[in-house]
Amino acid sequence: MAENERVAAEDVRRVAELANLELTAEEEIRMERDLNAILGYVAQLNELDTAAITPMAQVSDVLDGGEAVNASLREDRIVPSLDRQRVMACAPETDGVFFKVPKVIER
Amino acid sequence: MTTKISEVKLPSIDELVEGIAKGSMTAVEAVRLCFSRIDEEDATIHAFLSLDREGALTRAREIDAKAAAGETLPALAGVPMGIKDVLVVDGQPATAGSKILEGYRPPYTATAVKRLIDAGAVLLGKLNCDEFAMGSSNENSAYGPVRNPYATDRVPGGSSGGSAAAVAAGMAVATLGTDTGGSIRQPASFCGVVGVLPTYGRVSRYGLIAFASSLDRVGPFATTVRDAAKVLGVIAGHDPMDATSSTEPVPDYLAEIDNGVTGLRLGVPPEYFGEGLDPEVRAAVEATIERLRATGAEIVPVSLPHTRYAVPTYYVIATAEASANLARFDGVRYGYRAANTPTLAGMYHCSREGGFGAEVKRRILLGTYVLSAGYYDAYYKKAQQVRRLLTEDFLKAFDEADAILTPTAPTPAFKLGEKTDDPMAMYLADIYTVTANLAGICGVSVPCGESRSGLPIGLQILGRHFGESTVFRVGQVVERR
Repeated sequence: MAENERVAAEDVRRVAELANLELTAEEEIRMERDLNAILGYVAQLNELDTAAITPMAQVSDVLDGGEAVNASLREDRIVPSLDRQRVMACAPETDGVFFKVPKVIER
Repeated sequence: MTTKISEVKLPSIDELVEGIAKGSMTAVEAVRLCFSRIDEEDATIHAFLSLDREGALTRAREIDAKAAAGETLPALAGVPMGIKDVLVVDGQPATAGSKILEGYRPPYTATAVKRLIDAGAVLLGKLNCDEFAMGSSNENSAYGPVRNPYATDRVPGGSSGGSAAAVAAGMAVATLGTDTGGSIRQPASFCGVVGVLPTYGRVSRYGLIAFASSLDRVGPFATTVRDAAKVLGVIAGHDPMDATSSTEPVPDYLAEIDNGVTGLRLGVPPEYFGEGLDPEVRAAVEATIERLRATGAEIVPVSLPHTRYAVPTYYVIATAEASANLARFDGVRYGYRAANTPTLAGMYHCSREGGFGAEVKRRILLGTYVLSAGYYDAYYKKAQQVRRLLTEDFLKAFDEADAILTPTAPTPAFKLGEKTDDPMAMYLADIYTVTANLAGICGVSVPCGESRSGLPIGLQILGRHFGESTVFRVGQVVERR
């Protein structure tokens, strides 16, 4: 990470678009300021030479020399799932079988 | 507050379960006592987001009927408990402190909660927290902050602020919270109660509304170490619904709890006693360490040299995982959907914009940024590498020590509004707690003193992976002051 690299307003807009967020103009200014403050602080990780260090993604990476993940996978077997009616009742819009959403393709 | 906190005393779990079994008290009385406390205090404290009065009384009557029939009662029979609102309970509201989940009533129950119910616990309601468990003060709740029962102009800590405050104010005998970077231990410290961070994988995360899946834990709050250990014993253990839950057998946490600290090597890392530590917190923690030495423990210096990199590492990993986890809130399957959006993409944008609060957006943006093309290696991979260094620090330290003692938080509870304009200042409230989440180890915060103005101070006791029994043994001695 380049220590002098600053997050610009257009970076905030690009990331917001990737995250499906729509920020107000005011939020954009605030987020630009905050992201720069946080990433400036994060830049101190550059003091460490980690070239030879294997990334650690999960706690199991360090248990028993990397506990076999397969050991905790469950059997591939059909079991009862949640009741469809109750699941559908949580949705903002549904026909009882499917979730309904606004038009996907604009014409 | 109409009652002083020091005057509030609910029965312990043992007193309650034995009392109900013998007929000297009833589960209904215990539940009514909690609801009367809630009615007196919670308009001020705001620990609960929803209550299930009828359900709780029905359940308590069932327990009393079993007791009257002479049936053997389960471990938590009749114990009134509250659940942080990031854990789902079938048919009960589950907001995660967010507007985006307002009105959601999940059709299933989290495994940890199901185990409480199976053990006879009576659920009073759901507890306030920072939105999606993101915060250190409970001020990020979309439903308003929780106030510290010891000083109502101060925060209870976060993100499990409601869970800590409910126990401190005598509104519940025990509660469940979650801890991704300190969210159980720090509020426990601020509210003068016991809070447990179980080892990663010890308690199932099924039914927990995820924040950062490689860091999230579910754990108990209680007024005593013994009660907290008892609740952990109920909720711990393998669950096929969580592939990261461990098959390691669950020991009897009470078997060795009174064995004292004689012969235990307790490590003290200088990195946790540096700049920024409040002098009163330092004095209380150091006095407790001396007391443990006098009680028979061997106090040994240990070194955790990468400690100062923990907070930056945490905020890269936690936000990266959060940005992925929170992608599911899209207005399709549950929760808030913005009205009058003609296209799908527009509906996603407007629902998320309207449903999420500022801190959640900030973390989603940061997480998306560190995972985006061109930055992944520089931020995310780098943080994962430092995560290993931080974890190896602990593994080495635990060769020399059976448990490690530190302050839980650098200061006692701060004032509402004090840090809300400065996200970095808020993040530094977690400086002593985040590393345990990154490393996957267990810990507990136990009250060890008070400031001159009467604010609680917590000692953090950290243990090896699956070393909860040792941590409880030490906590039990700390508590007897």
